[in-house]
Order: sequence, then C-alpha cells, then structure tokens
Amino acid sequence: MTEANFESHVPAGPIEEKWDHHKFDVKLVNPANRRKFRVIVVGSGLAGASAAATLGELGYEVTMITFHDSPRRAHSIAAQGGINAAKNYRNDGDSVYRLFYDTVKGGDYRSREANVYRLAQLSVNIIDQCVAQGVPFAREYGGLLDNRSFGGAQVSRTFYARGQTGQQLLLGAYQALARQIHLGNVTLHERTEMLDLVIKDGKAVGVVTRNLVSGAVRSFSGHAVVLATGGYSNVFFLSTNAKNSNVTAIWRAHKRGAYLANPCFTQIHPTCIPASDDFQSKLTLMSESLRNDGQIWVPAQTDDPRSADQIPETERDYYLERRYPAFGNLVPRDVASRASKKEVDAGRGVGPLKNGVYLDLTGAISRLGRDVIDERYDNLMQMYERITGEDPYKQPMRIYPAVHYTMGGSWVDYNLMSNVPGLYVLGEANFSDHGANRLGASALMQGLADGYFVLPATIGDYLAPLLGSDPVPTDDPVFTQSEADVTDQVRQMLSVKGTRSVDWFHRELGKIMWEHCGMARSRESLEKALAEIPALREEFWRNVRVLGENESFNQSLEKAGRVADFLEFGELLCLDALQREESCGGHFRLEHQTEDGEAMRDDDNFSYVGAWEYKGADTAPELHKEPLEFEYAHPTQRSYK
Amino acid sequence: MTKVAGELTDAPNVNVPRRKAPFIVTFYRSAVAKKWLMAVSGIILLGYVLAHMVGNLKVFLGKDEINEYADWLRRLGEPAFPREVVLWGMRTVLIAAFVIHIVAAYQLTMINRRARPTQYKSPRDYAAASFASRTMRWTGVIVLLFLIFHLLDLTFGTVNPGYVGGNVYRNLIASFDRVPVAVAYIVANLALGIHIFHGAWSMFQSLGFNNPRYNPWRRTFAIGFAGLITTGNVAIPLLITAGVRP
Amino acid sequence: MKVTLNVWRQGGPSDSGAFQIYEVDDVSPDMSFLELFDVLNERLITKGEEPVAFDHDCREGICGSCSMMINGRAHGPERGTATCQLHMRKFEDGATITVEPWRAAAFPIIKDLCVDRSAFDRIIESGGYITAPTGTAQEANLTPVPKEVADAAMDAAACIGCGACVAACPNSAAQLFTAAKIEHLNLLPQGQPERWSRVVAMVDEMERFFGSCTNHGECESACPKEISIDFIALMNRDYIRAQFKQRRLTGQKS
Repeated sequence: MTEANFESHVPAGPIEEKWDHHKFDVKLVNPANRRKFRVIVVGSGLAGASAAATLGELGYEVTMITFHDSPRRAHSIAAQGGINAAKNYRNDGDSVYRLFYDTVKGGDYRSREANVYRLAQLSVNIIDQCVAQGVPFAREYGGLLDNRSFGGAQVSRTFYARGQTGQQLLLGAYQALARQIHLGNVTLHERTEMLDLVIKDGKAVGVVTRNLVSGAVRSFSGHAVVLATGGYSNVFFLSTNAKNSNVTAIWRAHKRGAYLANPCFTQIHPTCIPASDDFQSKLTLMSESLRNDGQIWVPAQTDDPRSADQIPETERDYYLERRYPAFGNLVPRDVASRASKKEVDAGRGVGPLKNGVYLDLTGAISRLGRDVIDERYDNLMQMYERITGEDPYKQPMRIYPAVHYTMGGSWVDYNLMSNVPGLYVLGEANFSDHGANRLGASALMQGLADGYFVLPATIGDYLAPLLGSDPVPTDDPVFTQSEADVTDQVRQMLSVKGTRSVDWFHRELGKIMWEHCGMARSRESLEKALAEIPALREEFWRNVRVLGENESFNQSLEKAGRVADFLEFGELLCLDALQREESCGGHFRLEHQTEDGEAMRDDDNFSYVGAWEYKGADTAPELHKEPLEFEYAHPTQRSYK
Repeated sequence: MTKVAGELTDAPNVNVPRRKAPFIVTFYRSAVAKKWLMAVSGIILLGYVLAHMVGNLKVFLGKDEINEYADWLRRLGEPAFPREVVLWGMRTVLIAAFVIHIVAAYQLTMINRRARPTQYKSPRDYAAASFASRTMRWTGVIVLLFLIFHLLDLTFGTVNPGYVGGNVYRNLIASFDRVPVAVAYIVANLALGIHIFHGAWSMFQSLGFNNPRYNPWRRTFAIGFAGLITTGNVAIPLLITAGVRP
Repeated sequence: MKVTLNVWRQGGPSDSGAFQIYEVDDVSPDMSFLELFDVLNERLITKGEEPVAFDHDCREGICGSCSMMINGRAHGPERGTATCQLHMRKFEDGATITVEPWRAAAFPIIKDLCVDRSAFDRIIESGGYITAPTGTAQEANLTPVPKEVADAAMDAAACIGCGACVAACPNSAAQLFTAAKIEHLNLLPQGQPERWSRVVAMVDEMERFFGSCTNHGECESACPKEISIDFIALMNRDYIRAQFKQRRLTGQKS
C-alpha cells in the first residue's frame, strides 16, 4: 500500500462550505450509466441499509449482504435514546456550528473537523428524511416534533421515538431498502457472512462469503465494496452489543490492506444494568436519557449494608452533581463512567455484588408524577424490572458502566473511502466522526448521514472513471484463491477437535480485555494483555472444539471465526492503547491524569489519528499518523464542572 | 428486472395465487374479504335467528297467535306482491347468506390447515383463545346438521309425526313430545349460542368496526345477544316438553 | 435451581426431528432463558454433542431474533416479554420446560429451534414503506401530526418482527404483524398517498403464505410488544374500503 492513499482529501475552503464545494467537485455518474455499476454493501444496519436503499434509488445495482436472517435485525435496532439534529426547534441557541463544536469537544479533539461539521450539517436533513419515511418520532400536543436533552450538550436537540429510536430509524431505512429490493435494484443475501475482502491491482473488487445455512462459500464481485458492519465492542465479551456483532469484516479487510484507525477508542456507557452472575452473556443498556430525570448517587459511607430507602438524604453522595455542578448528571459518557468506577472501586458500590451505583428516578416521579415518567421511560422501566426483578418505581435502579460503542474502526478519508481504493466503510465500522468519545444520540446520526447522504454523493467520484469496465469475474484467481483461504480456515477450525468451547475462549479474551484494557489502562496492564492474548490465541488454535460440520447451519462455527478474529484484533487494540501515551475520551491511561483524577490529554504529541497497517501474522503492524488540525474548535481541556 | 416478491422465500403458497380476474373474483380470493363476507352474512343470519326466535315465542301466546303469525309471513307484501313472494325473497337472501357463510368458512379452514401443516408436538397453552373461538367449526357443523333436521321436521314435515302444513302449533307440540328430539333441539341451540358468542364479537373485527370508545360494548353485545337467543330458543323445547301448553 | 428441558432437535429442514430431554442443574434464577441455553450448549459441547441451534442476537427484546415456543406459549409464560427477556425466576425449581420451534408453513425449520421468517420480509417488500427517496423530504415540522396519531402509529411500529403472532395463532395467520406494519404507515399523514395500494398489496402478499384471522386474540397475548388486535380491525377496514375506493378521487377533500 502506498502512502499516497493515506490522504484525508478534506476539501479546502471555509468549513461551512467544504461539503457543498466538494459535492460540486466530485465526479458524477449520469443516471443512465448508474445501472452499469455494481456496488456490494455488507451490513444492513442504519448505515448499510440507508446506503443500499439510496444507492438503489440512484440506480446503481446493489448487492446487500447480511448475516442476519432479515436486514431489520441489525444491532442499530437496539439504540434507545434518540438522534441529534441541529434543528434548534427549542429556540435554545442550537445551531449547526454548536452541534459541530459539541461533537468535536465531546470527542476530546481527536476527530476530523471537516467530517464532523458535515455531520452536523446533514443532521437536519436526516430528521426531514426520516419523518417523510414515516418514522413516528415523539410529538408535542400541537403535532410538532418533541425533543429531549442528552449528555454532553446544554441544548435540547435529541429527537426520539419512545425508548426505541434506533428501532424506528432502522425500520425506516429497512423499509426504504425493502422498496428497492422489490424494484429489483437491490439483491438481498441474508444469512450470508462476509469472510474476506478481495483485492485486485490494489482495488477492492469483491467479497467472499459463507452462507450460514448451507455452508457454501461464494464470491460476489462489484465495482466497489461498502462495509457497514458495526463496531467491535464484543472483543470485551460482555458488552451491550448484540451477541453476533463482530469485527470480522473490517478485520479481514485490514488483513488485506485497509488501515484500522484508533482501535483503542472504545466507549464505556455509564448506564447499564450490572452483571448478576457468572452466566451473564451480555449486558443491557438503559438509555442515557434516564440521566435527564434521574439522579446518580452512592451511599456516602463504604460498604453500607442498608437498602436505598433506608439511607437518609444526608448520607447519600450525589457525586456527579457534587463534582460537576454545571453539567451534573448530564456529563459526557466517559466522565460519568469513570466517576462510577471510582465510587465502586472505593467500596461504595451497591447491589448484591456491590458492582453498581444508584440511578434514582424516585425524586422525578414525585416531582413530575408517574404518568410523565411512564410516558418517557415506560419501556425502560419494564425492561429493568424484567431483568433484575426489582421495581424501579419503588427503588432506585442499579447501573454500572459497560462497553457500548467503539469510536475506532477502518480508516477512511473525507469520502468515506479507506486507503484501499473502492473500499468504503460507513457507520460505527469507520473511525471518522466521534474522535475519542461519542456523544449520546450521535451514533444514529452518523450512521444515517453516512448512508443516506455522504456515500451516495461521494461514490460517483470513484466509479465514474470505471465506466465501461466490468466487475472482475468471480472465477478470477483472486477470487478462487480467497475462497480457498476461507475454506481452509473453516476446515482448520473444525479439525482442531480440542476440549474448550468457542465461548470459553471468548470469555477469557473478554476478561483480559476488560481487566487490562477497559475503563482504565496503564503500560503495565497493557503489556500484560499483550502477553496473554497471543498465548490465548495459540491455545485457541490448539484446543478449540467446534462440533458439527461446515455444510449445515452451524452456529459454533460462525462464532469460532469471529472469536478467532477478536483474538487477533484484541492485540492490536492493546497495542494502540499502549502507544497512545495520553488520556482522552474513552481512552484513560492511569499514567496520564490530573491530581483530581481527570483525563490529561497531550495535544502536542498525540493530536493524530493512529492508523495501523497490517504487515503479516508474525510481523508487528505499522503505525501511520494522520495529523489532526483544529482551525475552528480549538482544543481546550474539557471541563464539565 | 422486477423481482416478484416471494420468490426468495422457501415458504409454500397456502392461498389461491393472485391472477388477473374480474374484481368480484379477486375480491373473493382474499381471506380478509372472505372474513368480511362471513361477517356480513353473519349479520343477516343473526337478524334471522332473532326474528325467528321472536316469532316462535308466540307459541306461548297460544295456538291461534302462532298460526296466525305463520300465515302472516306468507301474506307478507300483499297485495303488492302475490302470496309468499316476499317470503321467498327473504328465504333467497337467507340461503345465500348461509351458503356464503359456510363456503367461506370451509375455504378458510382449508387455507388455515395448509398454513400449519405440522402441528405443535407439545400441548398448547392458550392465553386468549376462548372455548367458543376454538370450536367455531364444530359448533358451526352442529348447527348446520341441526338445521337440516329442523327443516325436515318443521318445514317439510318429513320426520314430523302426522305433519299438518300451516298448523305450526300442532307440529311443534308433536315434535317436542319426543324427548330425544327436544334434547337435540336444546343441545343444538346451546351450540348456536356458543357460536354466536364468538361470532357476534368477531364480526366487528372482521368488518373493521373498531373505536376505543365503543370497543368494550362489542363483547357485551355478543354476550347479550348470544344469551338472549339461547334463552329464547331453549325455552321452547324445554317448556313444551315439560308439559306447558298455553 | 434445577430444570428439565424437553427440547425439539431437528438436524435440517427435511429431517423429522424429535424431543430430547436434558437435565440442567446449577441454574441461577437471575439467568435469562437464553443464558440457560448457553449453559446447556456449553455442557453439550463438553460432552461432545452438537449444541442446540437457536436464533438470538440483541438479547434485550428488540431485534426479534429469538423465537421459542415454551410450554405451549410463544416466548413463554410472561406477557409482553420476548424469550431473551424471560428470566429463570419465573419458573419453579425442578420444572420441566418444553421448547419447540415456531411452527407454520411460512416459517420452514432450518435447524432445531431456528426457522426461516423471510416471508415477513416479502410482506414489507410488497408495500410496507412510504415512497420517499432520499433527498425528497420536506422540512420535518411542515406537516403536524396530532400526538394521538403519532402515539398510535408508534404503538403499531413497535413490532419487532419476531413472528410470535404467527406462532401463537391457531391458524398461523400473520394478521397482527401485517396490520401493525400497515397501520403504522396508514395512520400517519405521510402514509396517505399510498394508503389504499399499500393495504391491498401487503394483505395479498401476506395471504400467499399465512392463514387467516379467526379473531382468537392469541397473537395479541403472545406479542412481546403487546400490540393490540385493534390494528387488525383497522387493517380489515382499510382493505375492504380500498377495494371499493375510487382512488382517482382520493385527493378531493369531500
């Protein structure tokens, strides 16, 4: 890979005009020619579904690949709280510039300014688009759209559909996609998992997949490949991600040359339900919007055995309100998470395992009435009660941080194209917009901006010069070789016939990652992780037990491939965390903190995107640095006090 | 290249494929429309059973009252229409309603069987389906068989001992003097009541009559109607057999 | 806790399949029903037996992947709860629990407890959308939507597409799913232009694969989102009206 491809392609000019100018400057494909281009979209979440639908509407021939049984099941569906947009409907001083500024600041100055500004601009169009599609956003009695506020912002700009905003937005995109499938512009391949990226002459020309029902390995070729395959939180095993979310697509693309950027930027969400026992298979998030009306506290004394209602007001420590009076319970996620960890580590944790803090809505219930709280959070309250068996209307909820979102991902330029020409990466799978920390209600915004608006505008720039060239045939040696590699790996996993299940390895990896590379990291802990992960990986290939066969529906085999990738990827994540000798956003290095325990950024030395290049299984990866410049949002120490 | 939706699915077709056909045919092919027709025909049948019950209860007013009522039915529409023409008009509507109700029910049952070719292998634990809703097919068949017997008994007189055309009162008493027949009438009317208990509620759904303000009354109506019809219809064989002679 | 699981095992679509009995001990009451299956599968793998295949993903009741018939009820005994949100504390210690896949012609069994629900996608593809290509949208607040309408549309739109309604229906009817999808859009002002064509297309597509509604109400009680059968009535009404509608006049106010 040449260094020439590692260029952000941010257009020149004032930040407000960059995107408009860029849209004019990029090459276009005329409507009649678009059907001559085949684009492969992998992943059917917000970014993938919206991209595939929009490309289909434009007239491209789209192949949609998803490992789910229906595009509608992608994990975007689980987003609860809402989606930000700079509509300023509340008249509280919001603007595109403010959303841009909040996002850059919230991201702890580790994102690309131009990308973020574009995101803020497009946020407005997203709401219009979704309303037109029939997304039933919450409304006021006058029939106009309602808003709520979210962490990291002092304005009310979050649009929501009860506690199911992600679901409704995904269904909107899925419905648009369904229409294109019906029209024949998009061909859907469900229960089909991408297992390799195929490159010819340095360009992405297709993917190799395995049909999860029949085990058949099959190639798809196209003029461009779009990965919208989500984040890698499951490298921690316990996360709020869906069980099947994985890093495989972007990891295998990485092994074929695509750089991975900032993998150490992982977000810990402050409001999840704490683990209840060792069988816990995943953690459940309670929307951050609860922090709007909820107060977070712990008992002031350590190891307090009393139940919440027995602890008088004077013996409670509302530590967020105490430490951050300006933002209080609405400080950004990373700040809130670390604060909880500090309390629990100090022995003030609550619940049977002393592994949580209280999120108390009882004050809000007596102030606003149960009806209002019901209206806002009913489904969350029910979910909490179902999982814990406790009634959150009577006793405070217990929450604790859990891995939730990953800001890092494939490196992409302003066009969302990776350093591999023809390979685009959208949504959570790319690294671009959230820096070191994502603000609440911004993931949905980014996924949809990428899919509905950015990619459809930029992909023509790459495709236009390819007019007249056919996709590489799938019997080309690059495809057959890649198919053979995939088949080999499957055979290999089935042939180990060891003694430990895939889940065991996943759990072990998760423990290493959470222990040594979780909410707080240090050189010592990371070096430990870097020693333990290769050993575990080695054991995996020696001792994993995958039963059954390739030629049938085999969920252990699917998982084995994903865990094998996590076992490689986890190491890169720790390497990245080790090289970043600063604390910023979701990345907290114990060596780099202020006296009162706040994160200490190092803008002089680390104001860059760390993009890793794969150099082979036995060679250390190489770090490339894309310097970040801040012309508009000047870095300051984040303060939410 | 327009792909026909459905080609991607392994699932078999359980209904008649939609082809171009005259409106009435395509309309009838739809199961939702069949249910709508069942509801419309059901309303006609409900109206009929209500009128039938009201008329027959005249037996308790005495011989002349009910025989006069039977004759009035035949005279209905005179002098504009000749004798029995209006009655036959009503009978035609009634027969059509019966046919539609039964044919649609049969066809829907066949669709539903195809829609679940393999039954659950473990016992179901129903949470909402009532005894009435799950036995509609059986209560329907019982009512149909009864209807045939009832016609042979009191309309054609084939199975009525010493049947005298036009003398409703006599024929009724003669029929119910046979205890097994009276029991059969009672059982059949209980089945009819159960059938109506679900049908008179279900028809609102099938017709799309749904308004939160009136919804609770739909169930009340069904219970009331089923109760009324059952009480009235059962009272006749019960009391006559018990020896009541007005 | 200790439970006895009676689980349907079926190697593939054309296999006959049978129940297998598994004893699982050391069950924590805080475990979810799917975690119970995780534990069972771990033990099966240790013993060298193939684990039970079951669909699952988000495990927080929203993706609609999980699909188990538990003791004769779709998603088990608790109302308004998907299998993944069902917890073992709802079962007695020592209970015997029978688990079957969804059964419907429209949902062919893939393996064990997994079924193919793509017929649902076909229904959506036939008309379950508002035609609003990206870029065509007007300003979001230009069309007010009365709160009651938005709330009702949201009640319908909450559907997670799990198929419990079909599984629970004695007729394998998909009325609740289809009605929810249709009425979500048909209730909103944005959905009006395609209202009549949508309901006809989607109902017709539904009826290719699924049985018909006999108003038992089982679907409503099995639905993890407790979607009301009122929407089925609205769908029926829209369908019949669409059949008789002079659609060229639908732009006229009266």
